[in-house]
Amino acid sequence: MKGRVLVVDDDTALSEMLGIVLKGEGFEAVFCANGEDALGAFREHKPNLVLLDLMLPGLDGIDVCRLIRAESGVPIVMLTAKSDTIDIVVGLESGADDYVVKPFKPKELVARVRARLRRPADDLPEQLEIADISIDVAGHAVRRGSDVLALTPLEFDLLVALARKPWQVFSREVLLEQVWGYRHSADTRLVNVHVQRLRSKIERDPENPEVVLTVRGVGYKAGPA
Amino acid sequence: MIASLLHGWRRSLQLRVVTTTVVLSALVVALVGALLLDQIVDGILEAKQRAAVAEAYGGFATAQTLLNTQGADGASVGLLLGQVARDLSTRSTRGAEFEIVVLGSDAQPEQAQQFNPRASGLVEAESVPLDLRRAVAENEDPQVTYRTISYSNDVTERGFMVGRRLATAGAGFYEMYYLFPLAQERQTLALVQRTLFTAGGLLLILIGVIAWFVVRQTVTPVRMAARVAERLSAGELQERLEVRGEDDMARLALSFNEMAESLQQQIHKLEELSRMQRRFVSDVSHELRTPLTTVRMAADVLHEARGHFDRDAARSAELLQRELNRFEELLGELLEISRFDAGAAALEAEPFDIRDLVRRVAADTQSLSERTGSEVVLWLPAYGCIADVDARRVDRILRNLVVNALEHGEGRPVEIVVAADEAAVAVAVRDHGVGLRPGEAGQVFNRFWRADPARARTSGGTGLGLSIAQEDTRLHNGWLQAWGRPDTGSVFRMTLPRKSGDKVESSPLPLVPPDARRAHDAHPALSTGADPRDETGSGEPLRVGRPSHGPVNGV
Repeated sequence: MKGRVLVVDDDTALSEMLGIVLKGEGFEAVFCANGEDALGAFREHKPNLVLLDLMLPGLDGIDVCRLIRAESGVPIVMLTAKSDTIDIVVGLESGADDYVVKPFKPKELVARVRARLRRPADDLPEQLEIADISIDVAGHAVRRGSDVLALTPLEFDLLVALARKPWQVFSREVLLEQVWGYRHSADTRLVNVHVQRLRSKIERDPENPEVVLTVRGVGYKAGPA
Repeated sequence: MIASLLHGWRRSLQLRVVTTTVVLSALVVALVGALLLDQIVDGILEAKQRAAVAEAYGGFATAQTLLNTQGADGASVGLLLGQVARDLSTRSTRGAEFEIVVLGSDAQPEQAQQFNPRASGLVEAESVPLDLRRAVAENEDPQVTYRTISYSNDVTERGFMVGRRLATAGAGFYEMYYLFPLAQERQTLALVQRTLFTAGGLLLILIGVIAWFVVRQTVTPVRMAARVAERLSAGELQERLEVRGEDDMARLALSFNEMAESLQQQIHKLEELSRMQRRFVSDVSHELRTPLTTVRMAADVLHEARGHFDRDAARSAELLQRELNRFEELLGELLEISRFDAGAAALEAEPFDIRDLVRRVAADTQSLSERTGSEVVLWLPAYGCIADVDARRVDRILRNLVVNALEHGEGRPVEIVVAADEAAVAVAVRDHGVGLRPGEAGQVFNRFWRADPARARTSGGTGLGLSIAQEDTRLHNGWLQAWGRPDTGSVFRMTLPRKSGDKVESSPLPLVPPDARRAHDAHPALSTGADPRDETGSGEPLRVGRPSHGPVNGV
């Protein structure tokens, strides 16, 4: 058993097909067909990952995403039929870690799911410092002074990637590859939205970031320790 | 100064109308003034002449009566006449002045000829012209003429002269002349003239001011309408004119507002339609995509499992898989195009180095490059080529151009050249394949256009790729242009402004490659695209900078 995936989708045919594909890849799939029941299903099944359709009857995907995010950092991958930037950005801002645009190839979806479930194997004790933030990599904890800052695993990965090489400027493409597991993608919305979310949690003033700095025309880098 | 006046003249209807009115009025006033003055002069002179003649006749009658009753001889006639002249000249009063001259008639006896001319006041007896004297000598009736009167103090004055022959019993004929200087009348006329000029001037100023106000009444609403129209065209559709009263201006305002209202309604209707269209596209997109995802996944599962099927079923699974790919691609592009058509496409511009985007596209198209045998060669400058672009769209444009070049490259190398200047960045994709026939360069961006309908497609492009690329470029305010020549190859050049919102004025790269320009050809297929200029004059080299890396296999 590689992990349990909660599929929240009102289209039964698609849900069933997703179940077949996920089972074929060794995942356990549980289903929920509408927004209202999603949170209950989430609490009941305690999945390792949520596949969430954005357009749901009743409570829509964005709200479900917020509700789940409010109580858990579990990876959420959105399924969306719209490739319009605004829909995707709204989805990402509500807390989703990644998205796949319908119609997607099964391999693509599985790659997204795997990337989100993959945890770094090297949980050796490692302490990182950027700006006034200290990161305990093995303990998955981020602190400013004695305050613990709560980050989702994805935000944690993003911060660690930047903090491990504070001398290096990371282009969005490199971050996409290292944190999301994408190769050769020009989709920078993922990075932009998550950097913003990360900043809103760890910066004293998100308008004037000190921890995650923008390098115009290139990408991002960690602030000086 | 003159330029600004001219500018004002062209710009201001008010200035033109007022000037025209004043100029035309000046002409009319001048004409009326001249006529009036003429009438007044005639009237005054006529009255003066009547008065003069009456005065003179009275004088002549008195003199003749004296001569008849006193019957004087030669010597006393002189005295008598002198006396009469003096007596009569005392009747001259201020305002009706006259002088009297008495002369001896030439044609008559010696006494008369020797008669010393008598003249009252300072008047010169020589003032009386000879032709008048001749007329007086020949006629019994008094003669009137209008002449210059000279005085002994060197003053001259125009005036009437009335003369008559006086007969004596034995001392021959004498001539008596009344001279009426017109000094008074001249002064009166000068006064009248001055008054007329002043009145005319004042009248003109008044007309100018009146015209100014009248025109202002008309022009102000017109200017207001112009201002409101400008605001309307700037998109402030709720802008309206103020309607006051029920005159023509109010009617203009009313119809203007009606027009604005109907425009606003039309625009709202169109916006509503566009919104509905967008909504529809979005809905269709969603509704189609969900089942397509299921079908797609099912096809993949079948495709994976085709080893367990019999031959036909396995082949069917393969065909299903492949055609689904095409279907998906086509659907995606159709939705993209309809998004452009609905005006729903938005630019997400961020600073990007175009060289990075080119490198990535080259790396991604490597497998196609290996399949077609066309090597991808990059010519990237050493300097940065950062521009505000929507990376997703530029990536799509470049991918389209490179895939297109590889498909039509006939196995010969495909070159990608990047260059930048202060205002723009450009990427030219050159292939050395079949090229384009004359006229085709303008058509390649048309939807579903194919160079040769009979030609087999190697990778099953949809025919929408270049149209989408052009829409993407247009969204950046950029140019996408094509050049080609049969069997020489073709060039697709994308030029984008470095700052989002700017317009492209010129491209840092030539469209026609220098090697092709040297080979003389009368009819190169050259698309001007969004750029109306002739590019053949520019002499820049196609290759700028050194290749940062050779064939893309090394990436």
